[in-house]
Amino acid sequence: MGRRSRGGESSAIERYSGLFAERTASMTSSAMRDLMAVTERPEVISLAGGLPDTSTFPADSYAALMGRIAAGQLAKALQYGPTEGLSAARECIREVMAAESVAVEPDDVIVTSGGQQALDIVCKVLIDPGDVIVAEGPTYPGAVSAFTSYQAQVEQVPVDDDGMDTQKLRERLDDLDRRGKRPKLLYLIPNFQNPSGVTLSLERRREVIEIAQERELLILEDNPYGLLRYDGDPLPSLRELDEDELVIYVGTFSKILSPGIRLGWVTAPRPVLEKLNLAKQAADLCSSSLAQHFVAAYVAGGGWPEYISSLRGIYRRRRDVMIESLESELPEGATWTVPKGGLFVWATLPDYIDTTDLLARALRENFAFVPGRAAWVDGSGGSSMRLNFSGADEGEIREGVRRLGAIVGEQVDLFGTMTGRAPKAARKAAIEPQEGGRVVPFTPIEPEAEAGGAA
Amino acid sequence: MKVALLEGGRSLERGVSLRTSARVRDALVRLGHEPIGVDADGDLVPTLRDLAPDAAFIALHGGDGEDGMVQELLELLGIPYTGSGPEACAQTSDKSLAKSLLRAAGLPTPESATLDGEAMRELGAAQALPEIGQKLGWPMVVKPVSLGSALGLGLAHNADEAPAAMLKALSYDDRVLLERFVAGRDLAVAVIGEAAGPRALPAVEAVPVGDSYDFEARYEIGATNFVCPAEIPEETADEAARIAVEAFEVFGCRGVARVDLLLGEDGSLTVLELDTIPGLTQTSLVPLAAEAAGIGFDDLIETMLDLSSPRA
Repeated sequence: MGRRSRGGESSAIERYSGLFAERTASMTSSAMRDLMAVTERPEVISLAGGLPDTSTFPADSYAALMGRIAAGQLAKALQYGPTEGLSAARECIREVMAAESVAVEPDDVIVTSGGQQALDIVCKVLIDPGDVIVAEGPTYPGAVSAFTSYQAQVEQVPVDDDGMDTQKLRERLDDLDRRGKRPKLLYLIPNFQNPSGVTLSLERRREVIEIAQERELLILEDNPYGLLRYDGDPLPSLRELDEDELVIYVGTFSKILSPGIRLGWVTAPRPVLEKLNLAKQAADLCSSSLAQHFVAAYVAGGGWPEYISSLRGIYRRRRDVMIESLESELPEGATWTVPKGGLFVWATLPDYIDTTDLLARALRENFAFVPGRAAWVDGSGGSSMRLNFSGADEGEIREGVRRLGAIVGEQVDLFGTMTGRAPKAARKAAIEPQEGGRVVPFTPIEPEAEAGGAA
Repeated sequence: MKVALLEGGRSLERGVSLRTSARVRDALVRLGHEPIGVDADGDLVPTLRDLAPDAAFIALHGGDGEDGMVQELLELLGIPYTGSGPEACAQTSDKSLAKSLLRAAGLPTPESATLDGEAMRELGAAQALPEIGQKLGWPMVVKPVSLGSALGLGLAHNADEAPAAMLKALSYDDRVLLERFVAGRDLAVAVIGEAAGPRALPAVEAVPVGDSYDFEARYEIGATNFVCPAEIPEETADEAARIAVEAFEVFGCRGVARVDLLLGEDGSLTVLELDTIPGLTQTSLVPLAAEAAGIGFDDLIETMLDLSSPRA
């Protein structure tokens, strides 16, 4: 037993577990993660990912852009760049933000490695262990991972069809205040929120700003989907409404160009921006120069609004197909959001159905979604699920939702036979909507009413 | 020795399998073998035929790996493999059948009833719940008939909680096992089928940190505390070892298997289930038990390979 490789290996857990930093305690594996590993099988129709459809990007445009970079700027593109990003890339970001009516100077922008890095460095700069971040409930699980890896305490305030419930937000802040906790950040995805698909109404946007001013809270506005609006008129961003320098704004090229190029950005009040720059420098010196050259060449080419417009057309149809399929396939008692943009629909089933278990059942039918519990830190969301409509084609969405409807119907039947609540022949009519365990009180909206104006 | 390391697969326990296989792969390399990872997918047979390995190390969990199908294929291909044969795997992976066979052999196992989703729909079988409740009492353990890693496991405290718990279990399998809840301590005894006869390793006690020994707790470092050897009276440990060895023999297991037992508050021992492909992850019980018996992880892997059958 003298050899380390033999005698020592068996106590490897103890050896390493003593070395992990305290903040890794939140980085754990879970049943859900194991189930999600199975969703990657090729035969699975997955509506689980948050993937844009990158097959829509024209190959010849890509080749031409890269060819131009190779011919004229290769040495620079292969070199390190400034931490805050190349000025050409920051100029593009100014242009993209202007398309959303947000005026920003290139100097107010730091290019990041995806929006995710922006979330990470914001926490690095602002969050001490135990600090509170208030987020929507449900919220983007990737943000929670970033927050908790800095040992933040995440508090969630439920959303309804108009986004975060501001009355409940006030109550929660009061409650935190009584407990001597002052949140540092209010994290919001105002447009077509991930995962719920809902949009924060204009009235509530104003109220959020007001609350932030009253309580001197910083707002972390995450806006990956703003340009992917399919119905109605754009609403002003929180950053635009803010006159008090309280908003840190995160944007990304992931959903409007490519997540593979890993480019996002952050703008913030000057003193915060300076710290963010230092934090980013420590993290990765600079984001990919090659990717920044690509984006700069792409945006300078002027064709980007048409590309995004084509994405909107494709995704709008996919959303409509998903909503139509949900209407025809899901039994009564199920509800879902009808997003006006973005990539996700949030569906909620009768409360006796646990969607983490349902995912296991769905995988037996080669179908996958994200169980709702992933989007809550306190175990809520057990009967909800996130369905993505951007990464699968219309046929796959139809078939996926058909499979979902079949297994949900089967569970409703089974529950009916066990409880005597629902004779199986009258399933649709017999099942009452279950209000009790529903965390997010969504009401289904008729898609016809939503399908009006185009963005 | 060229060893095909069968891993992944289509089962819901794919992730656990990959964690086991990663650890086994490292050990095989240290032992001087040549491990070749083979994901158990639709190309398994031609892949194995082309590879012509000296042996197959089965690191699959759940589904095809544990129900005997893969073992059947390996026998057809004439490749020696670790662990039990197809019949033992098929019998133990069906918890309902396993319990019947244990009872027939005179080994104690908690009373139970099995219901089938189809029978519930077609025959209204769930209407027998009151009778089942009377027979087994509350609370009642509810679990899928197949799958061994606590996926779909639930506890129904009363008749009102039973339907949701059964629905949960039926998400993982077409049949659900309802089992009398025995308050007590969870023990696991690993058995090695040595040439001289099966040998029990020291019992491990799993002490859950949360409410029950669920999936998260089972695979998360720190979520369950393992005590090995279990702090139980010597005669209880001897009895647990005897029962585990007997159960191992009832099914004709080979290689290494794990026998899960319950030590009731009254000191009684009952067998819950057998796992013919026990997990070998960092948080698994068998490597811990082996270590307590002075068998390091690499030695355990070498032993499993030595015991592969037909002999490599």
